[in-house]
Amino acid sequence: MDEFDRLLINRLQHGLPLVRHPWEALAEELGSTSEALRERVQALLDDGTLTRFGPMFDIDRLGGAFTLAALSVPEARFDEVAAQLEAMPEVAHNYRREHRWNMWFVLGCETPQGIAESIARIEAETGLAVLNLPKEETFHVGLHFPV
Amino acid sequence: MTGCLNDLQALQLRRLLEGGLPLAARPYQRLAEQIGSVEERVLEQIQRWQEEGLFRRFGLVLKHRALGFRANAMLVMDIPDAQVDEVGRRLGQAAGVNLCYQRPRRLPQWPYNLFCMVHGREREQVCQLIERLLADNGLSDVPHQLLFSTRAFKQCGGRFAPPLLEVANG
Repeated sequence: MDEFDRLLINRLQHGLPLVRHPWEALAEELGSTSEALRERVQALLDDGTLTRFGPMFDIDRLGGAFTLAALSVPEARFDEVAAQLEAMPEVAHNYRREHRWNMWFVLGCETPQGIAESIARIEAETGLAVLNLPKEETFHVGLHFPV
Repeated sequence: MTGCLNDLQALQLRRLLEGGLPLAARPYQRLAEQIGSVEERVLEQIQRWQEEGLFRRFGLVLKHRALGFRANAMLVMDIPDAQVDEVGRRLGQAAGVNLCYQRPRRLPQWPYNLFCMVHGREREQVCQLIERLLADNGLSDVPHQLLFSTRAFKQCGGRFAPPLLEVANG
């Protein structure tokens, strides 16, 4: 990744102009060409620097149900429980964190009922109590990473 | 202009956008061709969705860990209920805070109701940023904890999890 890639990534984190020729508009702004910009973005997608290009949907508008959940897993069982969650399609983004509640993950289901069932299943399979922390209010979703 | 796309076309467009925006010189024309419409109408529909808040933003999603943002802390605080809206709004606007949510307390196991995600390259830098954030907002004395992540087991999204979630807990 070179200086120009950084410039491009930082600019694109603020969004692509919503016009007929968005890349031309951006090329003018960055002193490049439409083709060159698209080639760079494709290369960054190909090498895994970018995971996605396009609209980022507001999670509240997607129609699914989501929650942030945590488990307090005994150290000796940590990998075993991580593998149990890994096998569940509704579990996303499982992270170990430094705390008594040491396993944090997101549950995504089609319905709130699905969330309740998933939690019951995790509790039954692991024998551990799930801390269920659904979002009550969103104050900010920014997600800007200056590179 | 009214009466843009019909319901079926709007649904098709939305499904296409979930897969990302085509990397074409005229991406909206490309999408229009795929749903049997015209560029102008696709742009209008997307504009409307954006105004309605369907999208958080229109751009790119970074693999932040691959870019060196490895220090990730979840700052959790116990803020009195009467103040949580105001404090949440303030912290949500602060530099370095990527996400800010109110969540329920679960007493006695879990006394915290406000969550902020802070990402950085170095742990020390994230700690300093958070210390300053708390001090600047008069929150140094509220009960709080910093939960750094140390390992990612499943970084990709689950079946229903959109890309946004990548950082919701990452």
